[in-house]
Amino acid sequence: MIEVQNISKSFGKKKVLDDVSCNFTPGIVNLVIGGSGSGKTVLMKCLVGLFDSDQGSIHYDGRNFSEMNFKERRPIRQEIGMVFQGGALFDSMTVENNVSFPLRMFTGMQLDEINDRVNFCLQRVNLLNVNKLFPSELSGGMKKRVAIARAIAMNPKYLFCDEPNSGLDPKTSIVIDELIEEITEEYKMTTVVNTHDMNSVVDMGEKIIFLHQGRKWWEGTFEEILQSDNVELNNFIFASKVMQVFKRK
Amino acid sequence: MSYLEQLGNYWLFLKLLFSKPEKLRLYIQRVRDELLSIGNGSLGIVALTSIFMGAVITIQSVYNLVNPLVPLYAVGIVTRDSVILEFSPTIIMLVLAGKVGSSIASEIGTMRVTEQIDALEIIGINSSGYLVIPKLVAAVLICPFVVIISMFLAIAGGWMAGEMTGVIPSADYIKGLQDEFIPFNVLFAMIKTIVFSFLIVSISSFFGFYTKGGALEVGQSSTKAVVYSSIFILIFDYILTMLILA
Repeated sequence: MIEVQNISKSFGKKKVLDDVSCNFTPGIVNLVIGGSGSGKTVLMKCLVGLFDSDQGSIHYDGRNFSEMNFKERRPIRQEIGMVFQGGALFDSMTVENNVSFPLRMFTGMQLDEINDRVNFCLQRVNLLNVNKLFPSELSGGMKKRVAIARAIAMNPKYLFCDEPNSGLDPKTSIVIDELIEEITEEYKMTTVVNTHDMNSVVDMGEKIIFLHQGRKWWEGTFEEILQSDNVELNNFIFASKVMQVFKRK
Repeated sequence: MSYLEQLGNYWLFLKLLFSKPEKLRLYIQRVRDELLSIGNGSLGIVALTSIFMGAVITIQSVYNLVNPLVPLYAVGIVTRDSVILEFSPTIIMLVLAGKVGSSIASEIGTMRVTEQIDALEIIGINSSGYLVIPKLVAAVLICPFVVIISMFLAIAGGWMAGEMTGVIPSADYIKGLQDEFIPFNVLFAMIKTIVFSFLIVSISSFFGFYTKGGALEVGQSSTKAVVYSSIFILIFDYILTMLILA
């Protein structure tokens, strides 16, 4: 479990996160939703240590991540997999080198063991015969899947996905969502997904945290959203006509 | 950002670089790749610049030596010393600041804006060390060889220009090259080259590493990298000359 207590973060005079507290549960997909500029990405970057919060603490299964220095954080970071918005694949490496990179860097595995693991991870995300391709030769959906394969290569306990569906067509988005859900259940990971994709909210809405103006505005399940009278939440969720129709039904 | 603040950030960046490598074997592999990229990739422009530089120095020296009391072989001495002391280590490193510096800044800057550096950090890698140290080691190792090649080519360019235009016979030119040669000058040139290599890679990496924004800012970082590397090469050229030769 990841426990977030009273996290705040400012850039200059602009407060981006304001006293956010929440827990992320293992074995399910924890969704963080909110409009653009609501603080989702900053929260995620604070969680993984890319940003240091101004106050508050983050505990990974009881380990106080906020108080650790770079070296002390390394063992926890090796339990973290992250899928970035744009994939963040290393341009100069082939797909297999991208996926095997953390294994080569931090494990004593032999080359054939590494190859087996890479092939397993790529098969797990339904990618075949792409080992020797470079990221520039892949489609958007394939890049996201390679990013997921790289994120799960080290068998992480915690998986973070920052808007995994951005820039993808609805069909590919569903494939990515299903993949994240399956992997989470299969490996009992604590998965945190930032999204403003309503399909994801409907499909994976077991635990949803709604951020608004840098604050945690609401928390619950998708079923609870349908009953909620929170104005900002309703304005965000039911902004699209498709969701309005969904609510009426 | 003020100049002082930027200088402070540069020192902090240098401090970040030097930590124990996560896996030495992978770092060595990266050094090999960078040696090829920096060394091989620069040879063409270095050769062209050096040959023409040597040719121009020779012809201009002949043009300026109008005193009949000064022997013609002095042109060989002037060309040799100018090339070894100043032109090869400084001008060639300024050329490399343009070629290698902009390439490093744009490579690292693009990695920053596409979150590839964040991806390295997440895995638990000291991203600045992993990206910059191999480039730094490779540049410090390969640039002295590049500069030595440049010295030979510039001197050969001077000889070719003298021969082709007939302004100085080969015998005089070669006599000048051999006359009162001071081996320490080559050592001085190597010291300058190593310092300039360090400056080019560290300054360019610094601007690339702290790029914020998108493609436009990557371009701006690349330009800043070349401008600041060139300025610091010139400043350190003066400082080293004062310290070692004055």
